[in-house]
Amino acid sequence: MEYAQEYIDLFEKNRELLEKPCASLLNAERAKAFLKFKNNGFPGIKEENWLHTNVSKRFAADYGMNLGRITANIDLQDTFTCDVPNLKTYRAYIVNDSFVQDEKNEKPLPNGVIIGSLNNIATNTPTLLEPYYNRLAERGDSTVQFNTAFVQEGIVIYIPRNCEIEETIQIVALLHSNVEMLNNRRLLIIMEENSKASILLCDHSASKLQTLSTAVTEIFMARGASLDLYELEETSAQNTRLGNLYVHQDGDSRFNHSNITLTNGFTRNYIEVELEGKGAETNINGLAIGDKQQHIDNRTLVDHKVPHCTSNELYKYILDEESTGVFAGKMLIRTDAQQTVSQQTNRNLCLTTCAHMYAQPQLEIYADDVKCSHGSTVGQLDENALFYMQQRGIPADEARHLLMYAFAGEVIENIKIDTLRDRLHLLVEKRFRGELNHCKGCSLCK
Amino acid sequence: MENLLEIKNLHATIDGKEILKGINLTIKSGEVHAIMGPNGSGKSTLSNVLVGHPAYTVTEGEIIYKGKNLLELAPEERSHEGIFLSFQYPVEIAGVSITNFMRAAINAKRKYLGEEPMNATEFLKMMREKRALVNLDSKLANRSVNEGFSGGEKKRNEIFQMAMLEPTLSILDETDSGLDIDALRIVAEGVNKLKREDTSSIVITHYQRLLDYIKPDIVHILYNGKIVKTAGPELVMELEERGYDWIKNEN
Repeated sequence: MEYAQEYIDLFEKNRELLEKPCASLLNAERAKAFLKFKNNGFPGIKEENWLHTNVSKRFAADYGMNLGRITANIDLQDTFTCDVPNLKTYRAYIVNDSFVQDEKNEKPLPNGVIIGSLNNIATNTPTLLEPYYNRLAERGDSTVQFNTAFVQEGIVIYIPRNCEIEETIQIVALLHSNVEMLNNRRLLIIMEENSKASILLCDHSASKLQTLSTAVTEIFMARGASLDLYELEETSAQNTRLGNLYVHQDGDSRFNHSNITLTNGFTRNYIEVELEGKGAETNINGLAIGDKQQHIDNRTLVDHKVPHCTSNELYKYILDEESTGVFAGKMLIRTDAQQTVSQQTNRNLCLTTCAHMYAQPQLEIYADDVKCSHGSTVGQLDENALFYMQQRGIPADEARHLLMYAFAGEVIENIKIDTLRDRLHLLVEKRFRGELNHCKGCSLCK
Repeated sequence: MENLLEIKNLHATIDGKEILKGINLTIKSGEVHAIMGPNGSGKSTLSNVLVGHPAYTVTEGEIIYKGKNLLELAPEERSHEGIFLSFQYPVEIAGVSITNFMRAAINAKRKYLGEEPMNATEFLKMMREKRALVNLDSKLANRSVNEGFSGGEKKRNEIFQMAMLEPTLSILDETDSGLDIDALRIVAEGVNKLKREDTSSIVITHYQRLLDYIKPDIVHILYNGKIVKTAGPELVMELEERGYDWIKNEN
């Protein structure tokens, strides 16, 4: 509890400051979450789910928190241009933990679509958010409770019934601070029946100082809704990211997720998808590229609660130097979930003897008429293939890059937006060549 | 004719075990040499040592290629200098298309020679021409290198790559193995079309049949890590009739 206590004290001393600018919906959930956090503190490495990820230590730094809601005074157009060439987007920013609307959005949003500040919407139209806010995350572990206890702002994306948005919605999370900073952000995505959208979430930190972000995302998908969610982390070695993503899917909904860690410091992503309506489909993909002393931990749970749902999972890690990867993927097929088709693949490359991969694929099946498979491998680059390429004149380094790039390609190919896919191919190639070792604001546009 | 390759008293080991025990071999520009011999005599070791496979250690002797000390060159440099090995077992490379693979190879060579990278149009035209030479299906060119290829397709792909890289010294390591008669003819015809006055080949084989198509000037028998007999093409016929036992008995 040593590090947790500081935050418990901080909360109790500053409770008024923390609650004052916030909607009562946020504060009501805050109160419950704080009690849970106060009881449990941060997870320790003796806990099964945290064996290889010592998260408590990451809170040791003397971070500042922006409890007084001081607006970061930066000119977005000046310091930041993020654009996938030719990708049409509706864009919004989260600077540290504050919502900033991009005034350059030329086209108005389709009728009824909302992209806005969580706190404003919770203040002005609480009935819209009450059925959703914290409904999935309330069962989360104490990193989630920490977020709910301290969060003051975030983004709501609401897509009404039958609305299909062609343009990608891009949310750029940007850390910009000249002090060591901890921030908590929240994303709530509500997809009504038969709505369709694609969302690109870019997480950036160019800070040379220690930074820590907790990010909780809740997604509600009504019958027939379809969402492609792309998450890209490009942060610095000094950054800690604690991501928690909860997805609820009703019947015939389809969720595609690509989670790409291109550069980072210390990352833990938890993803939980519950399939609660027949015919729901979920595809979750991940690519993690690590070197130096990067730490990338992805833990996923796909919870099949009803019959006739499909899930596919593909996670790949490429670990160089002294980096560490953790993957724990669980497919839970409950008693009622007959006729489930579920497949999980985890493939990992350790390029050096100092790189570590902890892989834990799990299938838990309580139904008897299902089609499920899972597989996990850890290996090195194929020496025979490397030599074959060298014999054809491809220098050893380039041969290694080609093989790594080919290995990563399978995940990138699952990205459905052409321009984003092409861009990521290039970014991953640059990453392997060492031309992209740290975040430069947004390399999607450079 | 000048010497393209001179192998002098070559000894080589793998995992501490000596396989080559003093090979002497000189190949002049334009010559086709066949190396025959029973299983385990060191034929594949010789080809692997020539291309610099890291598993093999040269413990004695030297190899001079185009007047250069070959053993000082990295595998990719040997390739740039014109040495090509058609692998006995071509490797599958998942996720790397033949097109990207060849582009990387060609441009690496051009860079080594101080030339600009080949432009896309020129490259694709070259791919088309060279594919036709060995009847390599255009669909294969978009697939991953050798992945899911039949035995015949893999060998044709080897000769296609040889056509793309235009080597000075090509080593065909049991290129006939796993091929039916038709595939053998296509592969051999491909090799013959690529023959120029200044190019040389080493053809490693167990059998006569490949040498019916690719006519050797000189035939060597490798046995127990040494070349024990060198003669003209007539030696092939003699081996076909008598087998290798008399060689083993003589040595």
